Amino acid sequence: MNWIAIGAIADIPPRGARCVVTPQGKIAVFRTADDQVYAIEDHCPHKGGPLSQGIVHGAAVTCPLHNWVISLETGKALGADEGAVRTIPVKVEGERLFIALEALASKAA
Amino acid sequence: MSEKLVIIGNGMAPGRMLEHLLEAAPDRYAVTIFNAEPRVNYDRIMLSPVLSGEKAFEEIVIHGDGWYIKHGITLYKGHRIVAIDREAKTVTSDHGVTESYDRLVIATGSVPFIIPVPGKDLPGVLTYRDLDDVNAMLLAAQSRAKAVVIGGGLLGLEAAAGLKEQGMDVTVLHVMPTLMERQLDPAAGYLLQKAVEARGIKVMTKANTKVIVGNGKVEGVELMDGTVIPATLVVMAVGIRPSTTLAKEAGLEVNRGIVVDDRMRTSDPAIMALGECAEVGGHVYGLVAPLYEMARVAAAGLADSEDKRFVHSDTPTKLKVTGIDLYSLGDFADGEDREEIILRDASAGIYKRVVLQDNRIIGTVLFGETADGAWFNDLKKKATDISEMRDTLIFGQAFQGGVSSDPLAAVAALADDAEICGCNGVCKGKITGAISAKGLTGLDDVRAHTKASASCGSCTGLVEQLLKLTLGEAYNPAAVQPMCGCTSLGHDDVRRLIKAKGLKTIPAVMQELEWKTSCGCAKCRPALNYYLVCDWPDQYADDYQSRFINERVHANIQKDGTYSVVPRMWGGVTSAGELRAIADVVDKFKIPMVKVTGGQRIDMLGIRKEDLPAVWADLGKAGFVSGHAYAKGLRTVKTCVGSDWCRFGTQDSTGLGIRIEKFMWGSWTPAKVKMAVSGCPRNCAEATCKDVGVVCVDSGYEIHFAGAAGLDIKGTEVLGLVKTEDEALEVIVALVQMYREQARYLERIYKWAKRIGTAEIKRQILDDAERRRDLFDRFVFSQKFAQVDPWSERVSGKDKHEFRPMASVGYAEAAE
Ligand code: SRM
Ligand SMILES: Cc1cc2nc3c(=O)[nH]c(=O)nc-3n(C[C@H](O)[C@H](O)[C@H](O)COP(=O)(O)OP(=O)(O)OC[C@H]3O[C@@H](n4cnc5c(N)ncnc54)[C@H](O)[C@@H]3O)c2cc1C
Ligand code: SF4
Ligand code: FES
Repeated sequence: MNWIAIGAIADIPPRGARCVVTPQGKIAVFRTADDQVYAIEDHCPHKGGPLSQGIVHGAAVTCPLHNWVISLETGKALGADEGAVRTIPVKVEGERLFIALEALASKAA
Repeated sequence: MSEKLVIIGNGMAPGRMLEHLLEAAPDRYAVTIFNAEPRVNYDRIMLSPVLSGEKAFEEIVIHGDGWYIKHGITLYKGHRIVAIDREAKTVTSDHGVTESYDRLVIATGSVPFIIPVPGKDLPGVLTYRDLDDVNAMLLAAQSRAKAVVIGGGLLGLEAAAGLKEQGMDVTVLHVMPTLMERQLDPAAGYLLQKAVEARGIKVMTKANTKVIVGNGKVEGVELMDGTVIPATLVVMAVGIRPSTTLAKEAGLEVNRGIVVDDRMRTSDPAIMALGECAEVGGHVYGLVAPLYEMARVAAAGLADSEDKRFVHSDTPTKLKVTGIDLYSLGDFADGEDREEIILRDASAGIYKRVVLQDNRIIGTVLFGETADGAWFNDLKKKATDISEMRDTLIFGQAFQGGVSSDPLAAVAALADDAEICGCNGVCKGKITGAISAKGLTGLDDVRAHTKASASCGSCTGLVEQLLKLTLGEAYNPAAVQPMCGCTSLGHDDVRRLIKAKGLKTIPAVMQELEWKTSCGCAKCRPALNYYLVCDWPDQYADDYQSRFINERVHANIQKDGTYSVVPRMWGGVTSAGELRAIADVVDKFKIPMVKVTGGQRIDMLGIRKEDLPAVWADLGKAGFVSGHAYAKGLRTVKTCVGSDWCRFGTQDSTGLGIRIEKFMWGSWTPAKVKMAVSGCPRNCAEATCKDVGVVCVDSGYEIHFAGAAGLDIKGTEVLGLVKTEDEALEVIVALVQMYREQARYLERIYKWAKRIGTAEIKRQILDDAERRRDLFDRFVFSQKFAQVDPWSERVSGKDKHEFRPMASVGYAEAAE
């Protein structure tokens, strides 16, 4: 895997998210209340809402546009809604965060 | 081509007829209705709760405008039909509209009877029939002065109770020796009088009105014996007369009412009549149950579906005054061939009387305890021979045949065809059947599907018992709606416990109140965050991660992920300097859209998130602060030009609006709060549809609240009139603080007010000066922590992570 450093865990507020800009669009990197880190496409399966701007609760985020709830673990919409976003592998080494860009590259290819 | 059906009058009877007709033959007729009242069909019965403040008009509408649109019905509101031309088959309204018909239905209802005494036309003399009467009474009640109600029948007593509830000093004049003598025997009439007097209403019986005195307006009522009772409002509720003039002029056969056969047909085969204006089998009616029966018959006739015929039956009378239980049915006059059974319990104020003829019930009067009314009615209807249970009959159903005295058992024992809802003629079997077949779980469901308990509501208890009986444990009417899936507590309990247990952080709330999830959800977290900000303004640190994105970045997210920015323009007033600064910002950041909002200010839309701090920095230099167009907080205070410019202006409405906005901006509220100040009753600032509004008048400032003009449309209620700007500010601030402390998250002021009652709000804000001052002070204290411009905070670096990506990656790799 091709791990790319994106910063430190402290850059993300607990129960919050930050964006990483990539050639294929934005990736939203989330930090939960118990310091788990997840990365998913910043593009809601419903109408493309920026998931990074939603409210984070447990290991899920509520989209700011129409309140779909997306699982950070699987990228799937929870509850009655159907759809999924791509999840991106994340690695935490000490304080430092990495995402796997191969996933991107393979999609680009 | 469908046939043309024209209906004159849009009251409860034709409304029900149309429901049946649309079910039986939806496309058969092109329907046109003319209604002299300028409104849709509403539940006239429920005017009394509107008068007493227990309900709002919106809640008693039966068919809203949408219903007419959906069914393609043309409704002419405020059109009185003045002529029927039976030759040409047309009707003509007072506004000159002529419509032709194939079938015509007359449903003109009744008109209140006015006793022909001198002074009857003075301003301040009202009747009690429609919403206009109620509004006029409510307006008069604001004076909290003296009112006289002439007539101690059902309508008169309901009017008196409502006016008393609105703070008036009320006297009821009744010409007979006891109240409601047509429905009650003297013993029950006496108990009723005691119960009415216990509410602080004066009652004078054998009081015969001679003149209504007054010079230019009502000043009092003089009786035959010379007594004068001072009053600024006189309500005549002495009876009704079927409204038959139109039919008479058209040459139809008219007796007391418009004469119809048992299929509702008048003497002209193309014309039917129903409702209070109709006379069938020598009877005219004044309660809805028989009118609804007429509606069924008329609809069947119009649809040619089945041959239904109207059969006379007695309708029980109930008084809709909270706390007075009264039931009367049938014939209870004494007579040679009649026997009676009586039960009195003086200490409990209970009186029951059953009148028998040949061992069958022919009449019943119940006072103080009316639960057995339906059962007695059933026995009467079926002409059941009661000799077997004679000894225990008066104790009611629970005492028959060894059944326990459990009220549920009593309802269980009722036959399936026992009538539960008298107004709508719904029997027990129909209700329990609907509950099982349609999976109904609550009262509202039953109302929607069966109409039971949907009119006067006095059978609500019985319907609830049927729900309990049918659903068993699964029925839980008291269950509060939980805030969300994370807790079983409702908003009110959570608010109370936050205070009671001194909980000051979200984790503390979740721990102490046993939240089921680790960190809540997008529904409960913003609510908890608000409750804590409101309750502990100086101690609680706002949790940004529990705020919706708009409130976190102080701009409104748009569908493409860009943002809009709306700066404050105090009271809608701006200047060349401000406009120039906005123009410069728009040019510099290439903002794609600039729009004047509905809130008297300017919106810049399509700004990239990264640019927000720089946009704010430039706006800040020109003196702008955030307009909180995104906040559950104070939005705008719209104003008109007022006495500074306008030739009609009575006060400085612009100045007051700006003063309010400057005083209150920055405060967080349960839902958004919008205000307006108009300089005179022409109301150019539209203050009467706002959360809080002020209408300036010569004598001061009329404070309005609980309006809405978004998802719901609702005119405001008047809180009261104050003399000075300072008082206006104090009242408004105290009102908003009361709302901040009590409302549920996302509940607008009008919904909150509906829930806790206008009267209670008036009491706390207007009548209780100490309470008002405390609320005011608490608001001022919380503003110390809230009036910080969020934009300048962000410009100076707060939350800067919000506006920048964490990293940009992949580009180098891609280039490799
Ligand atoms: C900009 C504006 C429309 C315009 O171009 O004129 C507007 C725009 C929005 N309104 Fe509004 N409303 C605007 C005046 C109104 C008015 C008229 C008024 O305030 O005089 C109303 C009816 C009055 C009322 O609120 O009762 C109004 C009733 C609503 C509602 C229905 C609220 C309700 O409880 O009934 C919503 C939905 C909500 O809040 O949940 C809403 C929601 C919205 C939102 C915030 C939708 C959203 O959640 O993204 C829109 C944000 C657009 C943006 O980014 O700026 N807007 N909205 C107006 C801004 C006024 C201002 O200067 O702050
Ligand atoms: C305060 C109050 C409390 C009541 N409480 C109860 C109760 O508890 N239980 C109960 O059973 N009943 C109660 N009633 C009685 C009940 O409301 C009436 O029996 C019922 O509403 C009559 O219905 P309707 O359709 O015949 O006439 P209405 O509802 O009176 O409708 C007639 C309509 O026709 C319109 N109209 C008249 N003439 C014309 C014309 N020429 N052209 C066009 N339109 C015209 C009128 O403006 C009116 O809107 C109460 C009534 C009042 C006023
Ligand atoms: S509300 Fe009255 S004072 Fe204000 S602008 Fe309109 S007419 Fe003039
Ligand atoms: S775009 Fe996310 S819920 Fe609609």
